[in-house]
Amino acid sequence: MNFYNDNKSLKFYLSHPVMDKIIKLKERDFVDSDNDMMAPVNVEDAIDNYDKVLEIVGDLAANVLEANAENVDHEGPQVLNNEIVYAKGTQKNHEVLRDAGLYGMSLPRKYKGLNFPYVPYVMAAEIVSRADAGFANIWGLQDCAETIYEFASEEIKEKYLPLINEGMTCSMALTEPDAGSDLQSVRLKASFDDEHNCWRLNGVKRFITNGDADIQLVLARSEEGTTDGRGLSYFLYDRRDNAVTVRRIENKLGIKGSPTAELVFNNAPALIIGERRMGLIKYVMSLMNGARLGVGAQSVGLAEAAYHEALEYAKQREQFGKAIINFPQVYEMLGLMRAKIDATRTLLYETSRFVDLYKAYDSVSKERSLTAEERQDMKYSQRHADMMTPMLKLFASEYANQIAYDCIQVHGGSGFMKEYKCERLYRDARILSIYEGTSQLQVVAAIRFIGNGSYLKRIEEYEAMPLAEELLPLRQRIVKMKENYLKIVEAADKFGTSSETYDFLARRMVEAMGHLIMSHLLLQDVNRSKELDNTEAPEFMNSCKIMIALGESEIAKILTFVENFKEEDLQMYK
Amino acid sequence: MNNKEFQIVVLAKQVPDTHNVGKDAMKEDGTINRAALPAIFNPDDLKALEMALACKDALKDIMPVKVTIITMGPSRAAEIIRESMFRGADNGFVVSDRRFAGSDTLATSYALSAAVKKLGKIDIVFSGRQAIDGDTAQVGPQVAEKLEIPQITYAEDLLYVAEDEIVIKRRLERGVETVKTGFPVLVTVHGNANDCRPRHAKLLMTNKKACSVSEVLERQQSMEDMEALWAKKPFLKIEEWNADDINPDFERLGLTGSPTKVKSIENVVLTSKENKKINNSESEINELMKELVSAHII
Ligand SMILES: Cc1cc2nc3c(=O)[nH]c(=O)nc-3n(C[C@H](O)[C@H](O)[C@H](O)COP(=O)(O)OP(=O)(O)OC[C@H]3O[C@@H](n4cnc5c(N)ncnc54)[C@H](O)[C@@H]3O)c2cc1C
Ligand SMILES: Cc1cc2nc3c(=O)[nH]c(=O)nc-3n(C[C@H](O)[C@H](O)[C@H](O)COP(=O)(O)OP(=O)(O)OC[C@H]3O[C@@H](n4cnc5c(N)ncnc54)[C@H](O)[C@@H]3O)c2cc1C
Repeated sequence: MNFYNDNKSLKFYLSHPVMDKIIKLKERDFVDSDNDMMAPVNVEDAIDNYDKVLEIVGDLAANVLEANAENVDHEGPQVLNNEIVYAKGTQKNHEVLRDAGLYGMSLPRKYKGLNFPYVPYVMAAEIVSRADAGFANIWGLQDCAETIYEFASEEIKEKYLPLINEGMTCSMALTEPDAGSDLQSVRLKASFDDEHNCWRLNGVKRFITNGDADIQLVLARSEEGTTDGRGLSYFLYDRRDNAVTVRRIENKLGIKGSPTAELVFNNAPALIIGERRMGLIKYVMSLMNGARLGVGAQSVGLAEAAYHEALEYAKQREQFGKAIINFPQVYEMLGLMRAKIDATRTLLYETSRFVDLYKAYDSVSKERSLTAEERQDMKYSQRHADMMTPMLKLFASEYANQIAYDCIQVHGGSGFMKEYKCERLYRDARILSIYEGTSQLQVVAAIRFIGNGSYLKRIEEYEAMPLAEELLPLRQRIVKMKENYLKIVEAADKFGTSSETYDFLARRMVEAMGHLIMSHLLLQDVNRSKELDNTEAPEFMNSCKIMIALGESEIAKILTFVENFKEEDLQMYK
Repeated sequence: MNNKEFQIVVLAKQVPDTHNVGKDAMKEDGTINRAALPAIFNPDDLKALEMALACKDALKDIMPVKVTIITMGPSRAAEIIRESMFRGADNGFVVSDRRFAGSDTLATSYALSAAVKKLGKIDIVFSGRQAIDGDTAQVGPQVAEKLEIPQITYAEDLLYVAEDEIVIKRRLERGVETVKTGFPVLVTVHGNANDCRPRHAKLLMTNKKACSVSEVLERQQSMEDMEALWAKKPFLKIEEWNADDINPDFERLGLTGSPTKVKSIENVVLTSKENKKINNSESEINELMKELVSAHII
C-alpha cells in the first residue's frame, strides 16, 4: 500500500500550471543547482523530486503510521517525571519520519530543509493525516519553523532551524484558560531580565498540543498595563532550560495520540521573535494561517480514510440479498463523500498555491527588492491566501465530520463498535472544527471578504477562465447560483453590515460563497483533466456535478431563509 | 579523526518477489519465470545494508567510512544500488556478464570474492543470510572462505563496533551467541535483524539520477548529457564490471565453474495428506499437545 501512489488527485495538483511560477520563485531560478547536490535543475526535476519524496511519505504512512494508529489511540501519551512520553507507536512514527528526512520540508536548504513549496508539503500532511490524524499534529508542528524563518533574527534561525530536520519537535502555546478564541486577552507575562539579558515567562498555558516540545513558541504579554492584542509579543522557549512544568495532559475524545498539555511557565528564559508588540497581530496571525492550512490537510486526509473504509464495507456487506452499496441511499452517501473530498481538496491546493506565491515572494524580498509587478502579485496572493484559508478550514473540517458520521452510518451497528476504524475516525474528526479557530471564528474571518467583495472578484475571475465548450452549461449553472448568492447578500446588507442580524446571517453567506468557489474549482479541474488527455488523470466530472447540484439546493435554501428573516426573529433564538 | 577510510562492502542481490507469486511464476520446465515476477531487493540483504549503515553511523565521527554495494546480476540490478544510495550507501558496482550465466553458489561466491578483492583492502563484508530465490545460505560463508577471512553467520544485532573490533549477536537454533572479532570479517545477517531504515528524502534527491552505462543505453538517453553529469557528479555513475574486470580464473565462472548439476525439477503442489479434527475439549487438546511434543514440533 502507498497512500500517495493510490491517489491520482495528488499527482494531478502537483502538476498544476501555477506550480511552474511557484517553483521558479522558490528555487530562485535554480541558482543552487550547480553547488547543491540535491537542488533541482528545472521545474520538471523539482516536480520529480516532490513526486519521489511523496512516494516515501505514502509508503511510511500506509505501512508504518497506519499500522500503529490503533495502538496509539489505545495507549496514548503520559506524563512521567514532568515529561511527556509518547505512546510507543507515536515515538516510532516520529523516528521513522525523521530518519526519512521529512521534518523541515519547507525550510530552505541552508537550514537543512528540503526547500519544498507548500503544495507538496501540504500533500505530505494530507497523506500523514489519512494514516493517523493525531500524529499529523506532532509532525505538522514543524510549521513553527516557518514562523521562525519568516520573523526571527538570523541568530535564532541559525541556532534552531537546522535542528528541526534532525527531529527536534515544536509546539505553539497560545491558548490560556481565559483566552481561547479571544487571544487578545492572553495574560502569560513576559518581563525583561536585565541581569541575564533575556526575557522571562511566567504564567499558564492550556490545551497545548505537544506541549513538552523541544522548541516552544509562546504568545505572552510583554507590555505591562496593556489589555489588548497590541501588548503581546512572541517568544521562543528552549526546553533544555527546564523551566516549565507539565501540570497535566488532557483525557480527550479523539486524537488521543497527540498530547494536549497544561503548562506552567516558571520564570522561564526566552528569546523574543521579531519585534515587540507584533506577536499576535503579525506573527501569530501568520502562523495560524499556516496551521489552518494544516487542519485543512488533516481534514481531507481523515475524510479520505473514512471514505475508503465506508466504500470497502459497503461493497462487502450484504442485506436483503445484495451488497448494500446497491441501495440508492447508501451509494448516495458514498458519492457525496467522494464529492465533498474532491471539493475540499481542490480548495486545499488552491489555497496552498496562494500561500506558496506570497511566501516565496516574501522570502525573495529578503534578498533583493521586488519589482513593482512582483509586489503587486505578492499582495494579490497574500490577500487570496487570507481569504481562502478560513473558507478552507470551515468547509474541510465540517465536511470531514459529516463524512466520518456517514462512514459510521454505512457500517450500521458495526460502525458503533470499537472494533472498526470508523469509530476512531469519527472521534478524531471532532476536533477539526474547533482548534486553530472554531468554525464560528472562520466565519468571522471570512465575512470581511464577503463584505468587501473580494470573493466575488475571484468568482468573476473563475468565470473568465478558459473552458471547454461542452462544459459551458455547467458553468452557466454556477453563474445562476451566483445570482442567488447576490440576492442573499443584498437581503442581509439591508440590516446593515455591522448589525447583529448581519452577524447572525454571516455563516449562511459564507457557506453560499463556499459552494460557488468549490464548484468553480472542480469545473476547472474537469477541464484540465480533459486537456491532459491522460488515463492517469482523475475524472472530476461526477464530483463536480454532485457539488453543483448540492450548491444549487443549499444556496436556494439559504436564500429562502435570509429573505424571510426579520430582525425581531433574533429574539426567538435567545 | 583517523584518516584511513573504513571500507564496508554489502553483497546484495536483486531477486524475483517470490512472496507475491502469481500463477505464471513457474515455467513449464519448472524454472522460475523471472519476467513474470517483480524484482525486489532481497529482504535479508536489506537487513545487511542496515547493519552496514549502522556501522557507518557509529564510526563516521572517528574516521571516514564508505559503504559500497556489490551486486551480481543483469544490468537492471543497478536499481538496488540506487535504492541503497537512497538509504545511505555511497556507491556500488554491478558485476554483470553472460559468462556468469548458470553459476551455482560456488561459482557465484567465486565471482563475488574476486569482485571484493578488486576493491582492495576491506574491513567488513556484509551479506544477507540467504536469498529468497535460492534459499541456500551458502554464498556468504563461501565468499569468506575464498577471501580467507573470518565469518560471523546469522547476525541478528550489532552490539558494538569500533575502529578495530566488532561485537555481534548471532541467532542460533536454540539461543543466541555473542561474538567479538577484529577486521577483516564477513558477516551474514539474519532476517530477525533490524529493518532497513527508510529512503531519506535528501539522499533520494541527491542520488536519483545515479545510473550505469547500460541503463543509459537501454533508456535511450543521451550519453553525452550523462557524461557531462557524471563529470560534475562522479558519484552518480554506477560502475559495471564484466568478467574480465575482476581478473578471474575463467574456468571457475558460470556453468563450467558450477559442480551442481540439476537432475530434474518438479512442480510440487502442497496438499495436506492427513488431516485430523480435534474437538474443543480438555482431553482432546491434551492428546494433541502430547503428540506435538513427541514429534518435536513444539
Ligand atoms: C485537542 C486540542 C488541541 C489544541 N492545541 C492547541 C495548541 O497547540 N496551541 C494552542 O494555543 N491552542 C490549542 N488548542 C486550543 C484551541 O485552539 C481552542 O480550544 C480554540 O481556539 C477554542 O477556544 P476555547 O476552547 O477557549 O473555546 P471558546 O473560545 O470558549 O469558544 C466556545 C464557543 O464559543 C464560540 N465563540 C467564541 N467566540 C466567538 C465569536 N466571537 N463569535 C462566534 N462564536 C464565538 C466558539 O466558536 C465556540 O463554539 C487546542 C485545543 C484542543 C481541544
Ligand atoms: C448498541 C447496539 C444495541 C443494539 N441492540 C439490539 C437489540 O437489543 N436487539 C436487536 O435485535 N438488535 C440490536 N442491535 C442491532 C441494530 O438494530 C442493528 O445494528 C441495526 O438494525 C442495523 O443493522 P446492521 O448493523 O446489520 O446494519 P446493516 O443492516 O448492515 O446496515 C448497513 C447500512 O446499510 C443500510 N441499508 C441496509 N439495508 C438497506 C436498504 N434496504 N435500503 C437502504 N439502506 C439500507 C443501512 O441503513 C446502513 O447504513 C443493536 C445494535 C447496537 C449497535
